Amino acid sequence: MSAHVSTAAPAASRWLDRVVARLGRKFVIGVPMAFLLAVFALPFLVVFKISVSETEGVRFLDLLTWVDGMLQLKLRFSNYLYILFEDALYLEAYLSSIKYAALTTVICLFIGYPFAYFMARSRPEARPALLMLVMLPFWTSFLLRVYAWKMLLADNGVFNNIALALGLLDEPLKIMHTPFSLTLGMVYTYLPFMVLPLYANLVKMDIRLLEAALDLGATPWQAFWRITVPLSKGGIVAGALLVFIPCVGEFVIPELLGGPQTLMIGRVLWDEFFANNDWPMAASVAVVMVLLIIVPLALFNKYQAEQSAGGRA
Amino acid sequence: MATNANHKPGTGGSGSNGQPFLRIQQVVKQFGDAVAVDGVSLDIAKGEIFALLGSSGCGKSTLLRMLAGFETPTSGQILLQGQDLVRLPPNERPVNMMFQSYALFPHMTVWDNVAFGLRRDGLPKDEIATQVDKMLALVQLTQYAKRKPHQLSGGQQQRVALARSLAKKPQLLLLDEPLGALDKKLRERTQLELVDIIHQVGVTCVMVTHDQEEAMTMASRIGVMSQGQILQVGRPGDIYETPNCKFVADFIGSVNLFKGQLTVDEAAHVVIDSPECRHYVSHGITGTLGMEAHVAVRPEKIGIQVAAPTAADYDNAAEVGFNVARGTIRGLAYLGSSTTYHVALPSGMVVKVTKANDARHDEVTLAQGDEVHVWWWGSDVVVLTQ
Repeated sequence: MSAHVSTAAPAASRWLDRVVARLGRKFVIGVPMAFLLAVFALPFLVVFKISVSETEGVRFLDLLTWVDGMLQLKLRFSNYLYILFEDALYLEAYLSSIKYAALTTVICLFIGYPFAYFMARSRPEARPALLMLVMLPFWTSFLLRVYAWKMLLADNGVFNNIALALGLLDEPLKIMHTPFSLTLGMVYTYLPFMVLPLYANLVKMDIRLLEAALDLGATPWQAFWRITVPLSKGGIVAGALLVFIPCVGEFVIPELLGGPQTLMIGRVLWDEFFANNDWPMAASVAVVMVLLIIVPLALFNKYQAEQSAGGRA
Repeated sequence: MATNANHKPGTGGSGSNGQPFLRIQQVVKQFGDAVAVDGVSLDIAKGEIFALLGSSGCGKSTLLRMLAGFETPTSGQILLQGQDLVRLPPNERPVNMMFQSYALFPHMTVWDNVAFGLRRDGLPKDEIATQVDKMLALVQLTQYAKRKPHQLSGGQQQRVALARSLAKKPQLLLLDEPLGALDKKLRERTQLELVDIIHQVGVTCVMVTHDQEEAMTMASRIGVMSQGQILQVGRPGDIYETPNCKFVADFIGSVNLFKGQLTVDEAAHVVIDSPECRHYVSHGITGTLGMEAHVAVRPEKIGIQVAAPTAADYDNAAEVGFNVARGTIRGLAYLGSSTTYHVALPSGMVVKVTKANDARHDEVTLAQGDEVHVWWWGSDVVVLTQ
């Protein structure tokens, strides 16, 4: 009898250990899941609900109603149809947003890659200082820095004044409120988001792979394109997404540095919410934008999944 | 060692036209104040497998990297068939290297890894395909051509690296710790495979290793390096049996070193007195009386028994009373094929003795604490003066 008890007790405690371990694992995964649910999924559902709601004055009608023994679900998609088919303004704004976001991403990549490469190849003791230089702009307010560009680029701003004083220009160059000033502002703001993932990727690269390429007859240029660039693909994709996604929805920079030619979707969204007070329409615009961003994100996830299935991280 | 029969004899490096295939002349490499390679000169013959052997930091890898072109000598010359290599960048040298832990391109398949060098030469596609397939067949990896490096075992990766470095038919093949990443069992098998393939291809080979067994198994000649200098160059047997200095004697295998003074210098023999025993050495020693010398004796060349050795135990009866010491067995290790005894002498020195277990229980077993005599033949020792 006593033998029976003594074996049962450890078995029970082992079972308890397993349950605790399993719950612990669930809990660790559950915390970020709950966070995402609370700050992304739920608000998004609320926005979606608004976008398909009918309004009566300032009141949103219920989607589900019980009328005469019938359960009715009413989803109003007219806003979406309007955005997609009726008023070209929205599509233009989306396209323009994607265009400027893509342009910003490409420019950031071309500036950021050599930058990150240089940092990754510099002496190890110099790297923290260089990294600090990249992060330094974050120490002042983003809004302040964008405003500073306004001062620099204005018709009577610093650049124009210097150019006029030096006789390089006869009259002030119109830089502000052009696609140029907008792109400049976005590149300036988002460059660190490109540099950091690229740097993290390039600094890990095994230099001996480049030596092996040289040893096998590759020129340094060939070694760069055949070895370094393919191996930094993960960094390129991560950096590009970190720049592209916020750029699509960017509101402040187009508002401050952009002009009439550079209508972007963030601006349209603002107008729908706060100028027109048309919340269902604004919500629809937001939902379409989220979908627009989720597509590249899904592609990135697929790429990462393939990478990790390939066994190298 | 079976493979050594296949080796072309080390000729000291002179090729058919009187000029060595690879000549390294007074090469020095400094990093700041540190001298990594300190005036190394070497001649290596065509078809030879030459091993640079030394512990880490001895400069062997730096020397290899200078051959590959990743480092530039501070001074000195490197000539491959009379052509100055130093001025050529790595991608223009007819030299390929198999890197330590292989440096295979992780994003390319095995096939593409092997083809990489051939593609850089701009060869026609079918020629590349033929050569890659031939190389993969040579290392028996044909069925793995489509795999990525991380899908292969360590031994397979090693063979891909070998195929890649041989694909361009280099005049000189460099191996940097070629088998260092493999476990012991696999390493022993691969050593012979590797030598086989290198001989099949007929390429001249310089390898770097810290593993003396690997060097002795694979190389036709070995250069022992320490502190940036080459201390001794010779065939594996030469280096083991006739080391030219204390460092080499101690680095290759294990050795008992008796420190003594030359006290008798006759025409036919010398006597070196050490606190442990009087050494009678009859071969090729000249010196001045009173000079300091070390007598080196390999553990397997020492006899061990309880009774004092007699004239019958020596090859030269004159040695009776010399080349013998009494001590106590401090410890013993039964290693299967042999037993190693640690015998403490009255001077405090511990002599290592290895005895082959060539028969089963055929002798009185010695035990810890036993008083024994250890003795050896004068013809088996090496006298070292530096």
